[in-house]
Amino acid sequence: MFDIDVHSLAVCLSHVVLGVSTSVCHSLLWSNLNQGPSVIITQDSGELGALSSPSCTSGKWRLRGPPLLFRAMEKMSRVTTALGSSAISGRTMFCHLDAPANAISVCRDATQVVVAGRNIFKIYGLEEEQFVEKLNLRVGRKPSLNFSCADVMWHQMEENLLATAATNGAVVTWNLGKPSRNKQDQLFTEHKRTVNKVCFHPTEVYMLLSGSQDGYMKCFDLRKKESVSTFSGQSESVRDVQFSMKDYFTFAASFENGNVQLWDIRRPDRYERMFTAHTGPVFCCDWHPDDRGWLATGGRDKMVKVWDMTTNRAKEIYCVQTIASVARVKWRPERKWHLATCSMMVDHNIYVWDVRRPFIPFATFEEHKDVTTGIVWRHQHDPYFLLSGSKDSTLYQHMFKDASRPVDRANPEGLCFGLFGDLAFAAKESLISGDANRKPYPGGDRRYPIFFFKKPDLTEQFAHVSSALSVFESSLESRRMDWFVKTARLYLLSGKPFAELCDHNAKVAKELNRPQVSTTWTMLRIMFSDPANLSTPGPNHIGKLGTLPLMNSFSMKEMGTESRLDRSKGESRQDNIHLEPGNSLINSNNDENEETEGSEGQAEYMFGDAELDDDDLYSMEHDNQAAEEQEYTLPQEAFPLRHEIMDNPSAPEHLQQDKADSPHASGNEAEVTCLTPIESFSLISISQPLFSPHLPVHFFCPVVREMLSHYAEQGDVQMAVSVLIVLGDRIRKEIDDLTQEHWYMSYIDLLQRFELWNVSNEVIKLSTCSAITCLNQTSTTLHVNCSNCKRPMSNRGWICDRCHQCASVCAVCHHVVKGLFVWCQGCSHGGHLEHVMNWLKSSSHCPAGCGHLWEPAFRESFAKLGERSIAVEDQHQDLGGTMEEHSLSPQKGQPPTPSNHSHQQAFQLSNQNCCVVY
Amino acid sequence: MRHATAATETMENNSFTVTDLYKICTHCERLSKKDSGVRIPRPLGNGPSRFIPEKEILQISKVDPRTQSIFEDAFAALGRLDNISLVMGFHPQYLESFLRTQHYLLQMDGPLSLHYRHYIGIMAAARHQCSYLVNLHVNDFLQVGGDPKWLNGLDGAPQKLQALGELNKILAHRPWLLTKAHIEHLLKAEEHSWSLAELIHAVVLLTHYHSLASFTFGCGITPEIHSDGGHTFRPPSVSQYWVCDIANDNGHGNDLEEKRGSHQVSGEVEVLMERMKLLQECRDEEEASQEEMATRFEREKTESMLVATAEDEECVPSRDVSRHFEDPSYGYKDFSRRGEHVPTFRVQDYSWEDHGYSLVNRLYPDVGQLLDEKFQMAYNLTYNTMAMHKDVDTSMLRRAIWNYIHCMFGIRYDDYDYGEINQLLDRSFKVYIKTMVCSPEKTTKRMYESFWRQFQHSEKVHVNLLLMEARMQAELLYALRAITRYMT
Repeated sequence: MFDIDVHSLAVCLSHVVLGVSTSVCHSLLWSNLNQGPSVIITQDSGELGALSSPSCTSGKWRLRGPPLLFRAMEKMSRVTTALGSSAISGRTMFCHLDAPANAISVCRDATQVVVAGRNIFKIYGLEEEQFVEKLNLRVGRKPSLNFSCADVMWHQMEENLLATAATNGAVVTWNLGKPSRNKQDQLFTEHKRTVNKVCFHPTEVYMLLSGSQDGYMKCFDLRKKESVSTFSGQSESVRDVQFSMKDYFTFAASFENGNVQLWDIRRPDRYERMFTAHTGPVFCCDWHPDDRGWLATGGRDKMVKVWDMTTNRAKEIYCVQTIASVARVKWRPERKWHLATCSMMVDHNIYVWDVRRPFIPFATFEEHKDVTTGIVWRHQHDPYFLLSGSKDSTLYQHMFKDASRPVDRANPEGLCFGLFGDLAFAAKESLISGDANRKPYPGGDRRYPIFFFKKPDLTEQFAHVSSALSVFESSLESRRMDWFVKTARLYLLSGKPFAELCDHNAKVAKELNRPQVSTTWTMLRIMFSDPANLSTPGPNHIGKLGTLPLMNSFSMKEMGTESRLDRSKGESRQDNIHLEPGNSLINSNNDENEETEGSEGQAEYMFGDAELDDDDLYSMEHDNQAAEEQEYTLPQEAFPLRHEIMDNPSAPEHLQQDKADSPHASGNEAEVTCLTPIESFSLISISQPLFSPHLPVHFFCPVVREMLSHYAEQGDVQMAVSVLIVLGDRIRKEIDDLTQEHWYMSYIDLLQRFELWNVSNEVIKLSTCSAITCLNQTSTTLHVNCSNCKRPMSNRGWICDRCHQCASVCAVCHHVVKGLFVWCQGCSHGGHLEHVMNWLKSSSHCPAGCGHLWEPAFRESFAKLGERSIAVEDQHQDLGGTMEEHSLSPQKGQPPTPSNHSHQQAFQLSNQNCCVVY
Repeated sequence: MRHATAATETMENNSFTVTDLYKICTHCERLSKKDSGVRIPRPLGNGPSRFIPEKEILQISKVDPRTQSIFEDAFAALGRLDNISLVMGFHPQYLESFLRTQHYLLQMDGPLSLHYRHYIGIMAAARHQCSYLVNLHVNDFLQVGGDPKWLNGLDGAPQKLQALGELNKILAHRPWLLTKAHIEHLLKAEEHSWSLAELIHAVVLLTHYHSLASFTFGCGITPEIHSDGGHTFRPPSVSQYWVCDIANDNGHGNDLEEKRGSHQVSGEVEVLMERMKLLQECRDEEEASQEEMATRFEREKTESMLVATAEDEECVPSRDVSRHFEDPSYGYKDFSRRGEHVPTFRVQDYSWEDHGYSLVNRLYPDVGQLLDEKFQMAYNLTYNTMAMHKDVDTSMLRRAIWNYIHCMFGIRYDDYDYGEINQLLDRSFKVYIKTMVCSPEKTTKRMYESFWRQFQHSEKVHVNLLLMEARMQAELLYALRAITRYMT
């Protein structure tokens, strides 16, 4: 940081400006620089927030409360130049290297950069418009492996001093001040394996640290011929070592096995602390340049993590998920929350992340054509210049202003359906507010504090996307999905003759007031049954007309939320204090969390005209209904006439069907499907039976197919699947497999959302698609712990390897239960399903004799289970042998519920064909 | 499932060896023959390996409960317990990792369909004329619904798989010749093209089965009882039976052999240990120049070529496995012969840990992790023993073996002094390694016996595991590097 002494707000005002972000309201800070002319500090909202954070003890800013007095202490002497005087300038530029680079490093004054690789070791001068090759350090006819560099570092104190790590295990230092061509200074060959990293002490001139594949770190004193101390990580290869910027004696080392260790340079015997940071190798780490406690690590597991090391246990405070393994990570100077990363493989871009928004990079540099191997900020106090070397043999200087901002291209809209037909929709606030004309906040737009008179540099902050979330609720009637649940439960899909199934299902549909569906079933029965059975009267006498639930009518209920993700709670609180507390402006600083906690009921204001929208929607819906009703009446007149002419015993049935179907008869596809057969017959053969027994069954198939697609499209995939199953081979060939699979999947998904595991399992079992039936075979493993020793039982489900006890003994018959095991969650006794059921017929106490009175609900659930359990047993047998070992399995994604759940839920048929006891 | 039942019995009834079981069976044979006229087959081989006495292998599973439970799991997963697993049972930790990986590759989610996977396995194994693996996977292939026509030869397979033939050939014998162009050829957008994920899956399968073929030959795995060459219907003649037994050190010959061996080469182990110690001590003193180091690598490379591989003595009868691959004349050619110079592959520029892993895991999730664990397991596995000596740090020896194999494939470690290899690996051992890695079908029992005579069988199996994994990694590195180059 700069050396700043801010005396008071008044003083500040006379000096320079600090910008503040817009929607994240922040305090305004002014400062002057001790020795130089007035200088801008930073505009980034995040940075300011952090500076004023009270947790930052070494921080430069301290808060003195309401007369707003800040004092920044001059901390470091090493920062002598202010950027204001020797500003770096340049542009995005690159130069070709002769060979792929492995690492780069800059000298302190940011005028030169060294590039090192297997076949290259050169120094380039950074000029305004281009890179200029200054020096080739790779000399000699046959360069040895000592020149094959894995890493390079330029000393930040001594500008003639460089160190490289060689792939053959050598650590070499170079003195640019040497008069000879070969600048090699010292050679240390103490490491047995490749040296991955070298690091100079930030303030000590002669101290060099190295980390190697052999698992050792060595500290060298450049005045001596060999290492002064050796640190053994006692684990695997060292991938990175970094001296702390603030603690003189501390350094961090990252390892191939995922550990990070902290060492005191004075104590080579053992590390100060160790923690596991990543799964798999930790390729890199970097201390925060300003904050003593923060360490960023990047690993092969594609994550960048920021650790707070000030606490007793290293605490992960931020985590960024990237798309490839992280090879390097470097904090961005002067930006508290920014860090740059590049990846080891596959991904060639350099990303700059704001760790508080880990989902999308803040900025991206996309110039390289092969993986980036080295990144470094050109000047330790300038956040705008980034240098990078790559395997594609180029060296780049990136200007921050030329970076691409992925957030600009991101699509901040989201849409999701709820189980009951509700719809949630989130979109940019601007889009919604533009349309909805919503009321402004009382007291002006409080998100923009009035006293900001300098616009912040918009390129330096995250694009502020505040989005509004609207939830559209489906109207009351259509919202009710009872019909779905009931239908699913009551439908019979197999086990009886076809005609009976149809009749049964028709009856179910009728009882649920769904005449159209009911009629469809009846018609299916007629179409596909044996003609001899035709005369049996169908049970469907439809009393009144019903409508299909309309899934697409919503009443709009707005739940406004704003997501402003680029602030942390802490800083906004801070702002509250040092601005004028009590001012209503401050409230707008509260971020979303607080709003929802009730400190500010922002939602109420956001959608001021919600009612208006509601009305619109409603009225539209009314229109629709009216239109439908009109359609309703027309065909009712038209059709009966035709059918009355018919001299057919089953005519009345069809008449009714027509009535039932008529509402949709106006050109809608569904009606066509329902009506076509009847209509055509009535036209063709007036005095003959409806259809001759010779009419082949497949005559109806196209019609039925259309009908099924119609139902599916209308949202009633239940009907489509049920018919598909009941008709079986009669229709299966007509519909292509993908569609069938799609229907099945949708229906199963719905069933599972309604927790109708039994039905969904039945459907899976009855389906003929291989992709569906195999759902029954997947994740059929349930991990159980031994009831005696509480250890996981690895091999068999019923005997424990460790304590050699049978884990699940039936309380009734005292034999081992190898299949379905049910138990009371009250006393955890149980046994064979059958035995327990029999027991419960005669007694309500626990058979184990523990005196526990089994809950009535538990017993009831057995009564309910009664019928089902037979199905359970059947399916159990289907699976045969494997059942015993593996198939006691919970529903996917349904962790066994804790025992405080109601006992009624205790028995579920999972889709894996067995009874799961929660 | 007949054979499977037999295997179960083996597990539960550890006091019997498989052969014992069948001895009882032959005893019953006459009875059953009389009753129903059923011909009961008789196992030809004795135990899972031709090289290792059966008793020793099965003793392991008897003693170690962990091995046993792994066997049980393997049986539960596959419905069989193959001889490879039985032999690997010497090293249960590794076996566990191996089986997990193999199970994932063949059974679990992956871009390729099941019959493709087995067919690729067949292609890969056939490249080394490994009839054992081919038979095993022909069965599996048919079981998962593969088209029997494909088995008539690569011509019968879909064009997509035919396109893989070239990759298979190169990977198996001269992986360093693999270039971006080969990958491009497979991936170019056409009707029979491969997707990247599929290709990675295929590459992992190919390398897995190439190296497994090495292991199969290296340990002299005998055919499964149910496959060709695993059984006979001929009634056993007494004399033949005994001859067979003696030849396999299955009985009394064992002790004799042991004594003879220790007499001849007493001190072999000690010499080796002495050298290791010496190397460890003097390493710091002796400062070899860079040129010296480079030439040592080259020397080792060239020398590895001079190691004669083939003593065409015992030809493995193959069930016409050759029809599964084309161009049978294409074999291992020494890495850098005069004339064609292929640049050395520097492991520091493309390593499994940094690069290969990420690529595999990206395109075929979880497999990178599984392979990584397997490689590490193989590389780090040690019991700190050498023959009869305990508490020995064998890391040097293991590293030498690993790097020697990579050296044969032209992969160089900058930080390794290849002079060590010469010190630690004697000629007969090098012959064995070279044969096993480059042309495994030529491995003979004599080779197996002639190296490291005082070492135990379990240690030789350990060496085989190292060879197999090192070979797999070498092939994978070349393949993945080519894919990476294609992608960039």
